[in-house]
Amino acid sequence: MNGPQDLGGQMGFGLVAPERDEPVFHAAWEKRALGLNLCAGALGKWTIDESRHARESLHPADYYASSYYEIWTKGLEALLLRHGFITAADLAAQLAVDPAPAPRQILTAADVPARLARGGPCDRPMAAPPRFAAGDRVRTRNINPTGHTRLPRYARDRAGMIETVHDGFVFPDTNAHGEGEAPQYVYTVVFTAKELWGEAANPDLTVSIDAWESYLVPA
Amino acid sequence: MSAPALRLYYLRMAHDHHDHDDDHPDNTLDPMAARVRALETILVGKGLVDPAAIDAIVETYETRIGPRNGAHVVAKAWTDPDFAAWLKTDATAAIASLGYSGRQGEHMQAVFNTDSMHNLVVCTLCSCYPWSVLGLPPVWYKSPPYRSRAVIDPRSVLAEFGLGLAADTSIRVWDSTAELRYLVIPQRPAGTDDLDATALADLVTRDSMIGTGVARSPGAP
Repeated sequence: MNGPQDLGGQMGFGLVAPERDEPVFHAAWEKRALGLNLCAGALGKWTIDESRHARESLHPADYYASSYYEIWTKGLEALLLRHGFITAADLAAQLAVDPAPAPRQILTAADVPARLARGGPCDRPMAAPPRFAAGDRVRTRNINPTGHTRLPRYARDRAGMIETVHDGFVFPDTNAHGEGEAPQYVYTVVFTAKELWGEAANPDLTVSIDAWESYLVPA
Repeated sequence: MSAPALRLYYLRMAHDHHDHDDDHPDNTLDPMAARVRALETILVGKGLVDPAAIDAIVETYETRIGPRNGAHVVAKAWTDPDFAAWLKTDATAAIASLGYSGRQGEHMQAVFNTDSMHNLVVCTLCSCYPWSVLGLPPVWYKSPPYRSRAVIDPRSVLAEFGLGLAADTSIRVWDSTAELRYLVIPQRPAGTDDLDATALADLVTRDSMIGTGVARSPGAP
C-alpha cells in the first residue's frame, strides 16, 4: 500500500540525529514492547508480513508521530484484536476480562535461546528456474496495490539491471493477507540515481532493491 | 500462570515502575508505559505470554547479541582471506561458522567497501537490520529522516555522521526491501598490520558496518 512506511525520497523530516553512546533501550517499556511482540509472534497466528502490514496500516499522522516501539505496540494490538486474543473490553479494563482461544504454543524463557537462534527462514525451494539472469535489463512494474507490497514507490516503473539472482522467498504481497506463501525468486536490482531521481541526481550513486520476480518485466 | 504467581508478577511490575520511571510522580505512567503494561497484564493474565520469556529476550539483546558480533566477523575477514572469500559467496554460512545466526540474520549478504565504492544500508519500508550481527537497530536507523534521505541524498546523510567521502568515491545504497540482511565490511584502516584480530575488532564501529561510518584508526577516539 502507498502508506506512511514508504519513505524513500520523501522530504521534510529534517536531519538525521545520531546519538552518541546510544543505549539499546530508551525506556523500560520499550523492553517489554519488544518482548511482547516476539512472544505474541511465537503464538504462530500471523506472519512477519502480516505484522509489517499491521504497522504500516496505522493512520499516517499516527505513524509519523510515533516512535518505532510505539508503532510496534499499536500494530501488535491490532493483530491481537484481529486474531481474537484480546478484545476491546480487555483493553478498556487493562485486564484480561474476556476468554482467549487456547494458544497452540507459548514461548517459554527456556525456549528463547533456541527460538532466536532458529529465526524464521523464509527461503523456499522452487520447482521452475528463475526468469531472469544476472546482467538482464529489467523494468519494475507500475503497481499500486491497496494491500501489502515490498516494491517501494520510488522504484516503480524504473529501468534497472539484475545484479544477483537469489533463492525463492515467501511472497509478502500474498502472505501478509493469509493468501499463501506463493514463493518467487528474489533479485537484487540496481538502478542509477538518474533513473530514480532525474537529471540532477548524483552520477556516482547507485541504489538497489531486492525485488520479487512478479515486480519485474523484461526491459 | 497460577494466582500466587500472577500476584507476584503484578508486584514485580509495580516495582519495575518504581525503579525506572523516576521522572514521573508516583502512581502515574507516561501513556506508552501504561499502554504496554496493560497489554502485558492482559496477555499474561490469559496465559498467552510468559513474562520470563520477555526478560530472556531483553537480556539476549542487551548482553549477547550486538555489534561486537559483527566486529568479530569484520576482523576475521580482514585477517583471513579464505574467510573473506567465503563471506563474499555465502555470508550466511560464513557468519554462522562464528556462532552468529538466527532471527533477522537468516539470509545474510556481506558487501565490501573499496577505495572506489562505499556501501550504505537502509530499509526505506520499515527497519530491516541484521540483528544477529549488529543487535537491535539504533533509533536513527528506524526514523524517517534516515529512511527517506539515504536513497536520494546519501552524501548529505553521511555528512551528518561526520563522514566525508572522497569526491571520486561512488556510493551504493542497499535498500533492504526483502529478507536479505546486509553487513557492510569496512576497509581495514592503515597502520594496523601488527594488530591481531581482537585488537582489530575494537576498531570496527557499529556505524561502519551500516555504512554511516568507517572503521576507526588505531589511537583515534
